[in-house]
Amino acid sequence: MFDSLSDRFEGIFGRLRSRGRLGEAEVDEVLREIRLALLEADVNFLVVKKMLARIKQRCVGIETSQSLSPAQQVIKIVHEELVGILGGETLKLTYASRPPTVVLLAGLQGSGKTTTAGKLARWFKQQGRNPLLVGADLQRPAAVEQLRVLGGQVGVPVFSEATDPVAVSERGLAEAQRLGRDVLIVDTAGRLSIDADLMEEVRQISGKVAPHYTFLVIDAMTGQDAVATAEAFHATLELDGVILTKLDGDARGGAALSVKEVVGRPIAFASVGEKLADFEVFHPDRMASRILGMGDMLTLIEKAEENYDKREAERAAAALMEGTFTLEDFLEQMQQVKKMGPLQGLVGMIPGLPKELKNANIDERELGRIEAIIRSMTPAERVDTTLINGSRRLRIANGSGTTTSEVNGLLKQFKEMQRMMGSMGLGRMLTKKKSKKGKKGGRVTPPKVPSLSQFK
Amino acid sequence: MELVLILLVALVLVGSVAGVAVSRRRDRRPQLEPPPTRRGPALKRPPEAPRPTVEAPPERPADVVVEPAPEPAPLPEPELEPLREPEPEPEAVAPPVPVTPRFRDRLGKARSLLSGYVGSVLSRSSIDDETWDELEEALIRADVGVGLTSSLLDELRTRVKGEGIRTPDDLVTALKSELKAKLSEGDRSLSFEPGVPNVWLFVGVNGVGKTTTVGKVGLREAAAGRTVVMAAADTFRAAAAEQLELWAKRVGADLVRGAEGGDPGAVVFDAVERAASRGGDLVLADTAGRLHTKVNLMEELKKVRRIAERPPAHLKEVLLVIDATTGQNGLVQARQFTEAVDVTGVVLTKLDGTAKGGIAVAIASDMGLPIKLVGLGETADDLVDFDPEEFVDALFS
Repeated sequence: MFDSLSDRFEGIFGRLRSRGRLGEAEVDEVLREIRLALLEADVNFLVVKKMLARIKQRCVGIETSQSLSPAQQVIKIVHEELVGILGGETLKLTYASRPPTVVLLAGLQGSGKTTTAGKLARWFKQQGRNPLLVGADLQRPAAVEQLRVLGGQVGVPVFSEATDPVAVSERGLAEAQRLGRDVLIVDTAGRLSIDADLMEEVRQISGKVAPHYTFLVIDAMTGQDAVATAEAFHATLELDGVILTKLDGDARGGAALSVKEVVGRPIAFASVGEKLADFEVFHPDRMASRILGMGDMLTLIEKAEENYDKREAERAAAALMEGTFTLEDFLEQMQQVKKMGPLQGLVGMIPGLPKELKNANIDERELGRIEAIIRSMTPAERVDTTLINGSRRLRIANGSGTTTSEVNGLLKQFKEMQRMMGSMGLGRMLTKKKSKKGKKGGRVTPPKVPSLSQFK
Repeated sequence: MELVLILLVALVLVGSVAGVAVSRRRDRRPQLEPPPTRRGPALKRPPEAPRPTVEAPPERPADVVVEPAPEPAPLPEPELEPLREPEPEPEAVAPPVPVTPRFRDRLGKARSLLSGYVGSVLSRSSIDDETWDELEEALIRADVGVGLTSSLLDELRTRVKGEGIRTPDDLVTALKSELKAKLSEGDRSLSFEPGVPNVWLFVGVNGVGKTTTVGKVGLREAAAGRTVVMAAADTFRAAAAEQLELWAKRVGADLVRGAEGGDPGAVVFDAVERAASRGGDLVLADTAGRLHTKVNLMEELKKVRRIAERPPAHLKEVLLVIDATTGQNGLVQARQFTEAVDVTGVVLTKLDGTAKGGIAVAIASDMGLPIKLVGLGETADDLVDFDPEEFVDALFS
């Protein structure tokens, strides 16, 4: 996500870094490139205009300050503008003192409201809450049915009845109070912002349930229209935040920038995949770092936190440090990694990884083949790979439905990994990694990324 | 495999180290919930394992149930009661509505918004730099895209010089003719061969309106006297089949569906069989929304396509459904889907909102893909044939 945008900036700043001084002509050239990049990323035309004006003003204003190179200054300014627009800080949810805390979801057709309702319910449940879902989308055929299925999957009850959306919402609220549920999530029908009747209807729903949080659900692929939509919904419902969906595609996601700029409300959550767990709190500062090609260690760590078995991780780390890391350990680690989500997404978060690797098309099925190869080895072979001779190799290849050269590839790669760890020790390797990142110079260090050394 | 391995190694390193770090952090914050021991009871894509069940039809899983055709639908359905715009009574049998005036009416809203930008162009007495800037703005704000906008305006500049265009009025006319030419390429009719089971496959990313489009097309084609079989090959999204089922009842069409999470190829296979055995001549196959970046899902779609073109089926159309609110990513979608399943045309949905659907211009011009159908609203007769003249005129009135 936002990958293409960061590519563009990387291109621009790559050239910028190589220049000593930055004259007015260069500033203009950079601004043109930034404009193009932002427009191609679907950032709204007017938002781009405003943003460029601000960037230019600031560029001209501080040109005489010499603590940073001109290029670094521009990068810093753009980064700050992006962080500023994307939200400045994270939305902190507080719960109503008199439950339930009511959350209303609204948006265009097909933006992902119903799926988001299910994901949100799961998220609240993980926070230790007891949500109730209300299906107030009586318009799309089988929308309530869809919500019931999702509710069943996350173990959250769903309330709906075939009356009218306003009545359903009101009854849903009463039901939540009766059942003692402390969070109420109301899923509404998709509607166009220019459909006066339907907008009036959602306004009435909002009036009846008095939501503590009203979220606009918006598709990351949305184009210039995002602004018109957000404005209209904001005027009707007074939004508290935005939930950005389908961020796992390759849309550049400029809509996020636009909406934030226009309605001035934070992007609260981001939906990053089809599974119900692919849902996370949106972090503007991380996203801005990401746009500038600085990776996203924090999300990676959080994913690890959610999915890694603690004892397992400690044992593996110990094995890594002692140089006794076997293929068996590797296999187990692989299972943990798999739990964290699609490889492609994870790889994008590793900072400092070459672009060729990040953009490479990863076939997730390769994981299965690697697994098959390791599982075709005997326990002894997994611990001591030197046992593997020609005939064993052939047996492994046959057993896993691969070729001997693939088995060789895996062994070679694994040996390489062991060698790296053996010769340097894990600690030193991490330090090296860090300094490598540091060498990329000219980058603004993201404010909150903890230094790698503290992970030791 | 090399590459995946390298990445995996990197991830294992980062992951295990991070895992330890956070587990330490976690120790200090015991109030956090324990991590889920397994992924939520997530909507899981079926694993690769039960490979092309259809290659060996006898082994076809029992999860495919063929539903008998419901009684020719009494309209409006009681279950559809809460629908906001119930179908007018005679819909299913009504002759196709005259298309042209509707298109113009519906685009009226969008037109009034866009004419704002172009209007200021027209109010000028001569063509100057500002005129060009405003035209650029109008096109970009309609989601036509920076690249195409620049090339359109460059062509226009040449024409202004060559043809001696002097007034902004003529300039806009020239731009319109340029756009119309781009949108008129290709065959916009929906291909159909009488007497055999035709298959029209509907593909696209999530939430663009594929299922609704299949329903509307079904109603339209049934009204035109074709025997429609609907294939609910979206076995992934919760209740997608139920949604299509409601449409099938309205249309009075057969519906073939599979178990949730079942093999979409098997559903299409069964739908074709059913059409062939019952004299149905049109199979409309709804597929699950998928992001074009998901390799395995695109592979699955290729497989569905292969099944849909195996005799007795005649795959006549692969229609990419695109949402008019889509920005520049629409072009990437069109490329990826075309590469995977050889798209034959585009259905542009949700054009009745404030979004201008300029991405359709970009797709038509870049890929040479004809826009075949346009969705202008929620009711069934709001799906109309695409008309470039009307589309462009409405945008630049």
